[in-house]
Formats: sequence, structure tokens, C-alpha cells
Amino acid sequence: MDAILLQVLNGLDKGGAYALIALGLTLAFGTLGIVNFAHGALFMLGAFTAVSFNKLLTLQKVVLDTAHKTPWGDPVEIRTPYVEAMFGDFGKFMVDWSVPLSILVAIPVMLLIGVIMERGLIRHFYRRPHADQILVTFGLAIVLQEIVKHFFGANPIPQPAPHIFAGSADVGAWLGLAKGTIVYPWWRLIYFAFSAVVIAAVFAFLQLTTFGMVVRAGMRDRETVGLLGINIQRRFTIVFGLAAVVAGLAGVMYTPILPPNYHIGMEFLVLSFVVVVVGGMGSLGGAVAAGFLLGILQSFASMNEIKSLAPGIDQIIIYLVAVIILLVRPRGLMGRKGVMED
Amino acid sequence: MSKKLINRRELIRNAAIGGAALAAPLHFVRDAHAEAYCNMPTGKTVTLGFNVPQSGPYADEGADELRAFKLAVKHLNGEGDGGMLNTFKPSSLKGNGILGKKVVFVTGDTQTKSDAARASAKRMIEKDGVVMISGGSSSGVAIAVQGLCQEAGIIFMAGLTHSNDTTGKDKKRNGFRHFFNAYMSGAALAPVLEKAYGKDRKAYHLTADYTWGWTQEESMKKFTEQIGWKTVKTVRTPVGAGDFSQYITPVLNSGADVLILNHYGKDMINSITQAVQFGLRDKVVNGKKFEIVVPLFSRLMAQGAGDAIKGVYGSTNWNWQLQDAASKAFVKSFGKEYGQPPSMAAQTCYVQTLLYANACEMAGTFSPAGVVKALEGFKFDGLGNGPTEYRAADHQCFKDVLVVRGNEKPKSKFDLLEVVEITPRAKVEYDPKIFGGELGPVNAKPC
Repeated sequence: MDAILLQVLNGLDKGGAYALIALGLTLAFGTLGIVNFAHGALFMLGAFTAVSFNKLLTLQKVVLDTAHKTPWGDPVEIRTPYVEAMFGDFGKFMVDWSVPLSILVAIPVMLLIGVIMERGLIRHFYRRPHADQILVTFGLAIVLQEIVKHFFGANPIPQPAPHIFAGSADVGAWLGLAKGTIVYPWWRLIYFAFSAVVIAAVFAFLQLTTFGMVVRAGMRDRETVGLLGINIQRRFTIVFGLAAVVAGLAGVMYTPILPPNYHIGMEFLVLSFVVVVVGGMGSLGGAVAAGFLLGILQSFASMNEIKSLAPGIDQIIIYLVAVIILLVRPRGLMGRKGVMED
Repeated sequence: MSKKLINRRELIRNAAIGGAALAAPLHFVRDAHAEAYCNMPTGKTVTLGFNVPQSGPYADEGADELRAFKLAVKHLNGEGDGGMLNTFKPSSLKGNGILGKKVVFVTGDTQTKSDAARASAKRMIEKDGVVMISGGSSSGVAIAVQGLCQEAGIIFMAGLTHSNDTTGKDKKRNGFRHFFNAYMSGAALAPVLEKAYGKDRKAYHLTADYTWGWTQEESMKKFTEQIGWKTVKTVRTPVGAGDFSQYITPVLNSGADVLILNHYGKDMINSITQAVQFGLRDKVVNGKKFEIVVPLFSRLMAQGAGDAIKGVYGSTNWNWQLQDAASKAFVKSFGKEYGQPPSMAAQTCYVQTLLYANACEMAGTFSPAGVVKALEGFKFDGLGNGPTEYRAADHQCFKDVLVVRGNEKPKSKFDLLEVVEITPRAKVEYDPKIFGGELGPVNAKPC
């Protein structure tokens, strides 16, 4: 029982990441009809917004301590971040909380990147075949990767979670089980909660606002909405920016779980496409449901009891499930008729 | 008075005789042939190839290896303070390059992938004309490049590679390893673990899924079972997995009270950090405190893992805090150059470069045949590991092994590992036949 609950938790936090990326991918596809292979790069750019913000906060003042020497005879360097020197404890707090604070920076940055990407490049490919869209967005992803690699190097850059969330929570005790039976890292729980909040916010935005209603109408029948005198293109551009923000925020919050490098987006991209296809092309609910479903299944497949029955199943479970679902439901879990079928 | 004119025929004949007379002594000079062996240096320089991971999970080690190689080249060329050239004995090095030729080098990025490493090494051999390749940081890479060097007729001086296979079933006559191996780690660690945690323990292994991980797991299993521990489960994990949570959660309820992490580099940093985040070190299982063991430890990894490594046992090839004259000279030299102490990966690469250069000087040639002959059975001291021998039977160096523990109270950001025991060479030595493989003949043919 404990083992099953642990795998559910593990699946939920993995699923949270998959669902967030797949949600953004589906938003872009559902509104603009673009198959965006640069979406993983947006996740990566979000992660590197957190890295850049942390680097900015930890710019250091170096003072030489001549009283103490290193084993090679140089004076010992005492390094203090400028923000700590200037703001004292508040500066320390800012450095410690740099990842959550990066969210505030990432929202405008990712929105801007999304809008520039859509206006500058992707709009020219609306009426082109999907193969062209895939090629150009994949090319863009590689360019973005190489730019990040040039400035940040090829190696992963660790980003610590705030000190207060460094340990693990006794989830078992919350559920009335014996103390210490189920412990789970705080930051992973926070990531799951964060992804749930972002997903809920996106759905609320689309379901409860006039802007969202117009966008949904446009997703169903772009031409008719246009005939009503609504500039649907402008709204879709904003939605593309919103998709970039969702991917970026997923990247920011993931940095304490996995130190980011320039390639991190590609690792998630393939999985996210599988999630989108399993969920149903263009279906936001499907993307979220498939994200969590595949996360949990992947987690369960890693259990030793399962692996002893089917060795190596943890490596292929996602693709196996995708094949089965597409055989049974060719449009995915919640796919609509007519999407990607022309 | 007769006027003697030289006609055309006489001119050609005399020129031919003169040319032959001038060239004759060169025939008796070693290495004067057109190309006696692959990439024979003919100019004033000799080129070495340093093939290290500059990206991928072992990139930190790779960066430090490169620093060490550059320092070794500097010292070989008579620049800087000389480092361990001053303590190495018996040494034929003069500080004027190798055999009077200035040492230059080329570098490559193995990306911690065997195919990329082979491509990079091939480029060094075919385009850059290197006579020796060194580097590594992954046994998969080292074995692949060692095989290539054997085929090409180049000497391979392995860098950081810890798999038993490198000088076991995959050993080659043209390849040499100074670094210790998984067998030695197991043999040195087990008695210390027994003393610290007792005989009644249940171990769970997470293992990097490639040659090094497999042999590390096999050796740790063998030696911990010899002291009475039981192995609950061994699980293979992909190299560069990043998120190990799906492999760590099953450990929590497995009944194991020790987790042995057969991971290295960034994989080890991620796996131990995540294991600690999942509360493993706070758990009490079977009435005992849960413990983590990292059989192959390095300071660079310890730096990346932060507090997670405090009190964790492991083994290492060398530590910068050793107080012998050679280690102190190397730390001083490296620290002056780079502002940080060298890692064990750096030490082994520096030493390998010096050993290769010395073997060339001893043999009086860069020919692999001469170098192999000089290195086989070579006994030396003054390179940081005490008395050491390059065993002729498998080209593996034998020396004392350090057992270390993550420092609970570090005095500086580099003071992360404390040496708890120096296991003498005799206790980690083994019969070369146990791992199989054949060295085969030396390849000293032209490219």
C-alpha cells in the first residue's frame, strides 16, 4: 500500500510536468494549427530564465583575506553576493528564494518571447503544410539551444530550492499512517500543486472570460468568428504567448528537480508530443489527463514487482500505452473529429 | 696546361654519390625512416591527444582532466615550477619536452559517448598526427578508444576509468591504466563498511547501466556478501537519467537498510541528492539507521552534492590533502595555475602524461613497441600514490587505495573528503587471469 501511494505521488509530480508542457503545446496547436517543435525550447528558456536570475542575484564581491592562505599560498577569497552586502538578510532571502522569484521575471519574458516567435516566424507558416511547420520550428529549437549553450555552456546548472523546502514531508502522517512510512520531497509536492494551479488558471481563463470564450469559438470555427468582426488573429497571438508562459513556468519550477542544461527541452518534447497525441490533438482536457495518466503509469512501471514480470518495461511503457490507445481510439482519449485529419 | 671540365654525366654521378654518403649515417639513426610507426614525429614537436568529456554527465571531471593535461605539458616543456617532475623517481625526464621535441597537444570532446569519443580520437590520429591519446572519465569511452588506438598503432594512456574490464577482458597491449578499478574499491571498502555498519545489512544497488556500473556492482556485491551482507536488489539505471525518483521510491519499501550508488559524476550528484530528499538517510530500517555508500567518490562530485555526502563512505584514487611531498608539489602547482586543488581525475591524467613521456625517454623512441616495453613492469614513486607498479600482465597500476568519507565539518569548500583508511596494495591485488582477456601483440605498424 505504501509503495503504491509513493508511486502515485511520483507519477503526479512527473505527470504535472508532462501536463504543463502538453497543455502549452495543445494551446498553440488548437488555436493556430501550428505543430510547434520549438515548444520544448520554450521550457528550456524558462529554466534558463531562472538560472539567469539566480546568476544576477549571486554576482559576488570578492575580498582577499591575507591572514589565511590556501595550500598553494594565495590569500583566501571571501565572496559575498552584492545583494547580500546591500540588503543583508533580505538579500539572503532573495538568493534563497531565487527559483520562486524567477516566476515573476519569467512571465513577462516568456510572453515576450512567445509573441516575438509567433509574429516574427510562425505566422509565415500558417498556410504551409504541417511538415514545413515541423521543420522550421525544429530548426528554431536547435538555434535557441545553441544560443543557450554558447552563453551558459553544455553542463547542467544546479538551482537549489528554497532552504525551507529542502527536506521531505511526512505524507504518511497526513494520511493517518505510521510516521515515516511515506515521505516525499517538499519541492516535488510543490511542483505538483503549482502545475495544478497553473492548469486550473488556464482553464479558468479560457472558460470564464470573454477573451477565452472568443478564443474557444475561434478554435472551433475561425472563419465564422472572423466574419463577426473579431480580430481573432491578435487573440491567437496572445494565446501563443500564453502557451510560451505556461511552458516557461514549467521550466522555471522544474530546475530544483533536474539541473537544466541546453538540451533539457528536447528530452521533454518527445514525451510531450506523445502526451498530446494520446490526449487527442487539440484537446486541452485530453492533454492534461494524458499527462497525469502517463506520468503515473511510468512511475508504476518502475516498481520492482512490475519490472520482475516485464524487464525494461519502465523504459517503454509510455510508448506502449500510446500505441494501444491509438489502436483503440485513433483520435486519442478526447480527440475531436476533423483535427489533423485533412 | 689542360683544362678539366665536368661533364653532365659526371655531375649526376657525383651528386648521387655525395647524396648517398650524406644520407648514410641517418640510416643508422633510430626513427629516421620515412614512417617507422604511426604518426612518427619528424619535426621539432610531438603531438599528444587529450580526449575528455567536455559535455555530458562527466563533464566536470573532463574539465579538470584537461587542466591537468595542460599543466603536465607545461612542466614537460620546462615551464612553470615543474610540479611532480621534481619528485618522480626513477625519472628520465629533463624538462625539455620529450626526446628533445617540444610537446604540443590537441583536445577533443568525448561527450561521454563511445561513438563521439571514437570519432574524436580518429580525427586526432588521422588529421592531427598524435602519437598518444589520453583521457576518458567513462569506462565505456575508455574501452572504445583503447580498442581504436590498438588498431591504429597508437599508445592509449587511460584517464579516469574504473571498470574492471579496461584492464580485464578488454585489455590491449597498447593501453595502460594508472587509475584503480572496481575490484580494488570493493576490496578496500568492505572491511571499512563492516567496521562501521556491522555484518548484518541488506543492500540495494542502483547501478549505471554500462560496463563500469556492471563491474562496480559485481565487485561491491562480491565483497559485501563476503562480510555477511545480503543483496536485496540490483537495479540498472540509464546513464544521464537526471531524475532518479522513479528508481529511488522502490528503495523506500524494499526492506534494504543500505543503498549502494554505483553512479558517478552528475548521475551520482543527482541520485544521492534525490535519495537524501526522499528522506532515505533519516530512515530507520530493520532497527538500523539507513546508510548510503558511494563506492567511487571524487571531490568534484562531493562539491556538487553538497551536504548530502556528509558521512558517506567511498573510495578514491588520490586526494589533494595527502601530505607526501609529491602530492603537495602537485597541489601547489595546480592551485597556483587554476586557483583550486586538483581532483583525482586530474591527478591520474597528469601522472599518465608524465609516465608516457618518461617511457619515451627510457626507450629513446616514440615507437609504441619501445614505450610498451619501457612501461611494462615499471616501478616508480613520487607521483602521489606511493610506490606503484605497472603490472606487465594486464597494464594495470598497483598501489595503495584510499577509503574516504564525506567530511562532516569541512574547513573550506574543498575540504570535503576525509581519508579514513589507506588500504595497502597487497590487500587489493588479484590474479590477472580472473577477468580474462588477452593483451595481444603490440601494434607498432605505420598508420
